[in-house]
Amino acid sequence: MRSAIRPAHRPLRTIRRSPVLMAGGLLVATALLASCTSNEPAAEQDEAADAGSEGPAAADSDAPVESGEPVVIGFSGPEADHGWLAAINDSALAEAERYDDVELRVAEGTNDASLQISQIETFINDGVDAIVLLPTDGAALTDIAIQAMEAGIPVINVDREFSSPFAARTTILGDNYGMGISAGTYACGLIEENDISDPVIAEIAGIDALPLTQDRSEGFADALEECDQEVDNRVAAEFTVESGEAVASNLLQAAPRIDIIWNHDDDQGIGVKAAFDNAGRDEFFFIGGAGSANAMRWIQDGEMEATVLYPPTQAADGIRLARLIAQQNGMSDLVQPEVPRRIVLNAPVVTADNVEEYLPLGFES
Amino acid sequence: MSTVEHAPMSTQTTTTKPNVVARALAHPSVRGLGLVVALGILIIVGLITAGQRFGSLDNALTILRFAAVVGVVSVGMTFVITGGGIDLSVGALVALSSVWATTLATQTMAEDFHWIVMVGCALAVGSGAGLINGLLIAYGRIAPFIATLAMLAAARGLAEIIAQRRTQIVEVDGFLEVFGGDVIGIPVLVIMFALVAVAGWVLLNRTTFGRRTVAVGGNPEAARLAGIKVQRHTVLLYVLLGLACGIAAVMIVARTNTGSSTHGSLLELDTIAAVVIGGTLLSGGRGTIVGTVLGVLIFATLTNVFTLNNLDTSTQAVAKGAIIVAAVLLQQRIAGRSGAS
Repeated sequence: MRSAIRPAHRPLRTIRRSPVLMAGGLLVATALLASCTSNEPAAEQDEAADAGSEGPAAADSDAPVESGEPVVIGFSGPEADHGWLAAINDSALAEAERYDDVELRVAEGTNDASLQISQIETFINDGVDAIVLLPTDGAALTDIAIQAMEAGIPVINVDREFSSPFAARTTILGDNYGMGISAGTYACGLIEENDISDPVIAEIAGIDALPLTQDRSEGFADALEECDQEVDNRVAAEFTVESGEAVASNLLQAAPRIDIIWNHDDDQGIGVKAAFDNAGRDEFFFIGGAGSANAMRWIQDGEMEATVLYPPTQAADGIRLARLIAQQNGMSDLVQPEVPRRIVLNAPVVTADNVEEYLPLGFES
Repeated sequence: MSTVEHAPMSTQTTTTKPNVVARALAHPSVRGLGLVVALGILIIVGLITAGQRFGSLDNALTILRFAAVVGVVSVGMTFVITGGGIDLSVGALVALSSVWATTLATQTMAEDFHWIVMVGCALAVGSGAGLINGLLIAYGRIAPFIATLAMLAAARGLAEIIAQRRTQIVEVDGFLEVFGGDVIGIPVLVIMFALVAVAGWVLLNRTTFGRRTVAVGGNPEAARLAGIKVQRHTVLLYVLLGLACGIAAVMIVARTNTGSSTHGSLLELDTIAAVVIGGTLLSGGRGTIVGTVLGVLIFATLTNVFTLNNLDTSTQAVAKGAIIVAAVLLQQRIAGRSGAS
């Protein structure tokens, strides 16, 4: 358009040269930048490809498994937008790999409940033998799960619970309330052991609107009540590093002296720790949550007191249960020949004393 | 102070001769007064409810460090909005730049050569993505809302692919020492924010580039007839904002010691809110850097006061919404009075 008003006598050379130069420059810049996107150590690129798929699930046993009747399992979970959820997916895939008789169909991870519903509809239409479902929102996925059950497909509900008991054959979940209890009980122990009078206790929660956050906080408060303590300062982050850093730096200003801090989530804990380091504050016992590999390394190095485990292997266990149910087997260590209705995983406290034992379960943030 | 506007209405104000306050309010330079008052009220509330914990120098620096990242992007956003555009992709650009600058490859290069490699990478990625935004909008004729919405999705997706959805921890010591440190007690991040704000103010108020930005945002057709290369100027505005995102990415990496595809989530809303309550017209043609900086400081101080008083985030969100509405209503009243009188 503008070329119409460009003076005709403009030197031809500049017209021809500049786009070429620009394009060349762009190419060089792009090539330089693109070489920066690699995240593999140069020498280990091949090994990394193998190691990457091997989640923490493989930690307990690598023994070959006896093949049974072939089954198709559908797996759908939320978008793996942080370390814990990424570990959930990785360990589920790795678990399915171990079985010759399991064909795993994986739906693209999503945080959109309506997309996840359509994924489950596809699984039902395909007539899979079992569905392992970690819903973006338990209540929102309940109806479709009931439909799957009515179609004769057992649903294994992982982590976030449905709102109806008819929606799942088996539910396996971590214990959020139990995490709070574990953290609170451990905090009480610290207070007694170190003889802290009038302790200042702070809590850095995750996304406050989620029931799981409320459960964790409730458990923490209930456990603290047992030793006549309460949370003095409470802030809520959003499970991201950035939000963890932001709320923690404000929290440190709010409380000039803190004795114990419980941070719900080790993913956001990286930011929380950065805020502590930036402010040069370490007068308190720092307790984490979820159990990332980072947190466990900090515990080994004495930079963190403890972390409360929330196992990222639930979906892997879900796959294993789905296989047993689809093949109509039970759990060999139980007398009853059927898989239980509900399994609540323990939330142990990882400290310097037992960190070696739990490190293989730690997930990378 | 910073409001860029030719104010023809001020001639009318003198003829009707209303009270002094109304005249003062009508003057463009006091339009930011409502914001100063709001910030003042917040500070008083902070001092009353939290006393020394709020009033300390440490706390002031905490607020400023917190404001710095949003502030840098908001200054860039002021230019784009003044120029009649909008950019929804800023949070995603910050995430992408932070991730790209902290990959193992970049960090290895930075350790072999100099930490400046990481900074250069972040700035190049931010500006490059801004260039794409600008080209799509100016020459591809895609509405800014749509083009940058597409960039939001694509850039965050690319960030996730590069980072493999992991948090990338920075091990380059020089980088953290420089950007995590301070100069005579003032954190480097706060100094960077101040420099960006001053540079932005000069650029918008004292240069041809600034006047062209206002002209393009006010009436692109008139600007074109006046000989301004509107398309090229629009591209430059988005590159400028992309550059600001790159700077913000460096700051966020320094604050958190990490690069992550989750960085900068909802940053676009925080920056647009700060720019708009600052007094920049969402429809373009009028922009104020001082207003933007005040807007950013108001939100940062609000968060700080709430945390000091141990109030929950939900209440905070409600207060944030109320402040946005109140600030805009107040501005409209002031603008309305100056126009009517």
